[in-house]
Amino acid sequence: MRVAGKGLIDRTRPVTFRFDGTSYGGFAGDTVASALLANEVRLMGRSFKYHRPRGVLTAGSEEPNALITTGTGAQREPNVRATVQEIHEGLVTQSQNAWPSLSFDVMAVNDLAAPFLGAGFYYKTFMWPKKFWEGLYEPIIRKAAGLGALSGQHNTDTYERAYAFCDLLVIGAGPAGLMAARTAARGGADVILVEEDALMGGRLNAETLEVDGKPGHLWAAEVVAELAGMENVRLMTRTTVTGAYDGGMYGALERVNQHTGQRNGGAVLETFWRIAARHTVLAAGALERPVAFQNNDRPGIMLASAVRAYLNRWGVSPGKQVAVFGNNDDAHRTARDLVAAGVHVAALIDSRAGVSVEGAGYPVFTGAQVCNAGGGKELESVTIRTAQGEQAIQTDCLAMSGGWNPSVHLTCHMNGRPTWNADIQAFVPTEGSIPDMTVAGSCNGVFSTHGCLTAGVEAAVAALGALGKKPVKVDVPQAEDAPYSLSPLWAVAGKGRAWLDFQNDVSVKDIKQAAVENFRSVEHMKRYTTQGMATDQGKSSNVAALAVLADATGRGIPETGTTTFRPPFVPVSIAAMGAGAQGKGFAPQRFTTSNTQSVRMGAPMIEAGLWYRPSYFPKPGESTWRQSCDREVGYVRKSVGVCDVSTLGKIDIQGPDAAKLLDFVYTNMFSTLKVGRVRYGLMLREDGHVMDDGTCARLGEQHYVMTTTTAAAGPVMRHLEFVSQCLHPGWQVSFTSVTEHWAQFAVAGPKSRELLNGILAAPVDNESWPFMACGDVTVLGVAGRLFRISFSGEHAYEIAVPARYGASLFDALVKRAEEMGGGAYGMEALNVLRIEKGHITHAEIHGRTTAFDIGMGRMVSDKKDCIGKTMAEREGLMDPDREQLVGLRPVGPVKQLTAGAHLFDKGAEPVRVNDQGYVTSVAFSPDVGTFIGLGFVQRGPERYGEVMRMVDHLRGLEAEVQICAPVFVDPEGGRTRG
Amino acid sequence: MRIDCPICGSRDRREYYYQGAAVALERPAPDAGDAAWENYVHLRENPAGETRDLWHHEGGCGAWVVVTRNTVTHGISKVELAVDVTGARR
Repeated sequence: MRVAGKGLIDRTRPVTFRFDGTSYGGFAGDTVASALLANEVRLMGRSFKYHRPRGVLTAGSEEPNALITTGTGAQREPNVRATVQEIHEGLVTQSQNAWPSLSFDVMAVNDLAAPFLGAGFYYKTFMWPKKFWEGLYEPIIRKAAGLGALSGQHNTDTYERAYAFCDLLVIGAGPAGLMAARTAARGGADVILVEEDALMGGRLNAETLEVDGKPGHLWAAEVVAELAGMENVRLMTRTTVTGAYDGGMYGALERVNQHTGQRNGGAVLETFWRIAARHTVLAAGALERPVAFQNNDRPGIMLASAVRAYLNRWGVSPGKQVAVFGNNDDAHRTARDLVAAGVHVAALIDSRAGVSVEGAGYPVFTGAQVCNAGGGKELESVTIRTAQGEQAIQTDCLAMSGGWNPSVHLTCHMNGRPTWNADIQAFVPTEGSIPDMTVAGSCNGVFSTHGCLTAGVEAAVAALGALGKKPVKVDVPQAEDAPYSLSPLWAVAGKGRAWLDFQNDVSVKDIKQAAVENFRSVEHMKRYTTQGMATDQGKSSNVAALAVLADATGRGIPETGTTTFRPPFVPVSIAAMGAGAQGKGFAPQRFTTSNTQSVRMGAPMIEAGLWYRPSYFPKPGESTWRQSCDREVGYVRKSVGVCDVSTLGKIDIQGPDAAKLLDFVYTNMFSTLKVGRVRYGLMLREDGHVMDDGTCARLGEQHYVMTTTTAAAGPVMRHLEFVSQCLHPGWQVSFTSVTEHWAQFAVAGPKSRELLNGILAAPVDNESWPFMACGDVTVLGVAGRLFRISFSGEHAYEIAVPARYGASLFDALVKRAEEMGGGAYGMEALNVLRIEKGHITHAEIHGRTTAFDIGMGRMVSDKKDCIGKTMAEREGLMDPDREQLVGLRPVGPVKQLTAGAHLFDKGAEPVRVNDQGYVTSVAFSPDVGTFIGLGFVQRGPERYGEVMRMVDHLRGLEAEVQICAPVFVDPEGGRTRG
Repeated sequence: MRIDCPICGSRDRREYYYQGAAVALERPAPDAGDAAWENYVHLRENPAGETRDLWHHEGGCGAWVVVTRNTVTHGISKVELAVDVTGARR
C-alpha cells in the first residue's frame, strides 16, 4: 500500500502497466516490484525447482525471486528482475515458471515430492536404465524446472557497444562514490561515475538519514547537480559495471531504453561499454543477507533494507502490520522508519539478548528468533521462539536482516579472494586484488554514513596522487557515525526446510546433506546442491551457505573459503555483448569494383574471405551452374574471357633493399629479375612448409609489386613487416598494401591481345609484351598497368587501373569480349581452368605441404638463404615416400571425383593404415571431357599410370582413378607464350 | 587488456595481432645446426611469470612490438619496438 507523503516517485505522473493480464497503476519512478507492492500484489513468481510461491526479497539487482518476462512477440524478454525494471506506459509483464497460472501452479506438486528431490537428486534417482536419461528424464526435468522462455523469434532490437576512457572510474554513486567523484572531479581528473540505479545516491535514497543537516537524498541530488555541471565528469545511470579485466578495463551494461519502452526505429535497448580507466574507486556498497528459518520464503518476507527502500524511496509499505527480525541495529532502524511513516509494527524480534529498547511503542522481543512462517501464497504469521517458548504473531510482512555482505565481486574478477572480517562477520575485499583500484565505503566493510563519506574522499585523494594530480581539500559532510554491531545468525535451528538460495531452492538441509555425503569442499558443495548457481549467482545466499557448510564440517568460515566470483556481476544479454555483430554485421563485407555489374548480370556471389566474388554468370536457357561454368571455360580456351582478380593481395614494395628482402622471403631469386618483368614466387614459412605463392613484378630498380593469394593477403603483409622490422631492421624497404587501390582484371584466351589492342593507347605484340612482361600502359585514356601472366594457361594478361575506373573498365572489357564470342567468367570457371593446368591454390598449399611435395623443390634456390630454407632441408621433408602432387583421372565405371576423398592401392582395404594419399581439388574438365583432379600420393611422380582406389567415406563414393601428371591441358605451355 | 604502443600510445589489445614468444627475433644462421633451429622454430618456454611476446600493431601503426608481461598477474612491464630490440643487439 502507498504511504502518504513518502517516496521519491513523481505522484503527478501516473503510469499504467500490466502484470499477468491485469492492469495496475503506479507512478513515474516506480519499479515493477514497488508498483505491484503498492497494489498489494505480493506473489510475483514461482521457484525454480519446487514451484513454491515467491514474493520480492530485495529492492535491487540481486533479486532472486521476482523474475518476470517483459514484452511480447519478438521483444519478449525473460528473467527480468521486477526490482530493476522501471514501469512505463504500456509495459506488459508476466510471471514465469507457473502453469496454468501464478496462483494455481500444477507443478507445485513438486513441493510435496521434496523428500525425493533433495541435493543431487538427479545424480541418484535417474540412473537406470541408462538410455532413459536423454530421452525421458532430462526433458521432463527441464520442462518442470525453469525460468522464463525465449520468444524463439529473431531479435529485432538494436544494441550498441561503446568505449569510454577516464582518469578515474567511480563504481557506485552512494555516499562513498559521490564523495570520491566530487573530490576527484574538483581535483581536475576526468571522472566517470557509474550507477546501476536510475537514481544516484545509493542507500541515501532508501533511508531517512541526514547529510549536512539535510535529507540524504537531497544532499545526493545536490552533489549530482554539481558533478553534472562539470566538463570533466560523465555520469552514467542505469549502468552496471559487470566485470574487471586486465589493464584497467571494465565492462558495463547500460539499460538504455528498458525504462521508456522505446524499442522500434533503431532505438537502442542496451549498450555494452568497455571502459578504460587509469584508476578506479570501487564503491559498490553492500548487500543485506537473509536469515534461514523454516518457510522463510513466504511472499511478504523480505530484507529489512528492502522494506526501508520501498517505504522511503517508493512510498510503499509492503505490509499493513509489519514484523521486523534481525541480528543487528538495522532491524531497529526499520521499525522506527515504519512507525514514523504511520505503518503498524507488529513486533520487533532481535536475536541478540543484551539489547535494550526503550519506549518503542511496539512489542519488542530480544534474545528471540523467528523459527517458522505461516501462510501460503502470502505471509500470515510468524512463529517466534524466546526463552519462554514459542508464540505466533500475526503479520503480513516480515523485514529480516542477517547483516550485510560487502559487494566484493569485482575485486575477485582477476583471481583475487576476499578476506574474512570477523568483526562484521563478512568477507571484505583483499587489498591489491585489482591493480589501480581503491575500495571505499560499505563495499570495504565500513557501514556508517560518515565512514562512507570519509572513505570516498580518501580514496579519491589517493587516486589523484596515483594519477599525478594535486590533492584537493574537500570537507567531509556531517552524518551519522553509528557503530555496526551484530551477532552472527545464519540459520535458525529447527525442522522443516529453511531456504538459503531462493532462486535455486537450496535449503540448509541440502547443504548439510552435501557435507554428509562428503562434498565438503565449497566448490563441490556448490555443484552438488546448485547453491549460488542461479541467475543471481547467490548474491544474498552464498555467505550464509558457507557458514552452514563450515558449521557442518567443523571448520571456520575463512577455512571453508568462498567459491570463485566471475564476471558478469549481473546477467548480460549476448545481444548486448555482441552488439552490431548480428547478420551482416558479423563480419565486414568487401566488394570489388565490378560487384554491382556482376550482381546485375545475375551472378550468384560467393564469399572469399571477406570478399564477395561472382560464382558464374548464368545465361538464359542454362538451368545448372555446370552449363554456365563449361561455357565460361570455353570462352578462355577458345576466344577470350574476363575475370575480376582484384581480390588478390597487392603489396607495393619500395626501397634500396627491396630486392634483397624479396630474395629473403621468396625461395627463388628476385634480385635478378629485370625491370619490366614478372616472376612467379614461392614463399615458405620458417618451418619449411609453403606459406603462399604469387607473382611479383619489378616496375623499377627499387620498386616491386607483389601479389598474394586472396586469403593470404593479410598474413603475407604481416610477414613482410615481421621480416623487415624484427629480422632485418637495417634494410631500407617499405611496404604498402595497395589491394584496394587497383582494380585488376584477367583478360585470358587466344583473342586476349586482340581485345586489349582495341583499348590500349599503344598496341602490344609478342615482341613488346612477351610472356611475363609488365609495364605502364594507357587504357581508354587512363594510366594503368599491364601484366602478361596467366593462371589459365592461355595467352593472357592482367590489366590494372586505379580502383575508381574499375567498374567502367570491367564493363568495357566484358562488352568487347562478348562481341568477340567470349565474356565474363566467374570463380567456378577460374577453378576449372587452373585445375586443368595443375596450378595450385590453398587447397594444395594447405599448410602441411612443402615445395618438394608440390613439385617445386628446385625453386628453392641454393644460391642464398631464405625464410624456411634450413628447415625445408630436413630429411623428413625431402623424403621420396612423402605424398606428392599428382593429377587424377577416373578410369572405372564411376566418373565422379570428390575433393577430400582418400586414395588406396587397388584391392587394398580402404582403412587408415592403407591410406596412400588424398584428393585436394576436382573439376569437370570440358577440355578433357571427364572429371579431373589434383591430389597428393606417396611417391606420386613415380606412379604415373597406376590405377588406384578412391574412396570418399563421408559421401559414400568410390571410384577407380589413374595417376597422371598434374597438367591436363597444353602440357608444353605453348599457348601462354603464343 | 591494453598495450602501450611506443608509437601510438595506450591501445586496446584488439588492435594487436599476437605472434608468440620473442624468440622469433633471434633467427639462427643457416648453418647453426639442428638444435639451434629446433629451438628457434619449435621449442618454447611456458613460464609462470615474466615472458616476452611479439605483438603486431596491425590495427594501428603496423609496428612489431616486444611486450614483457607476467603470465600470472597479466601485468605488462615493458613494451619496446622490435626494430629497437633487434637493432640494439646487432
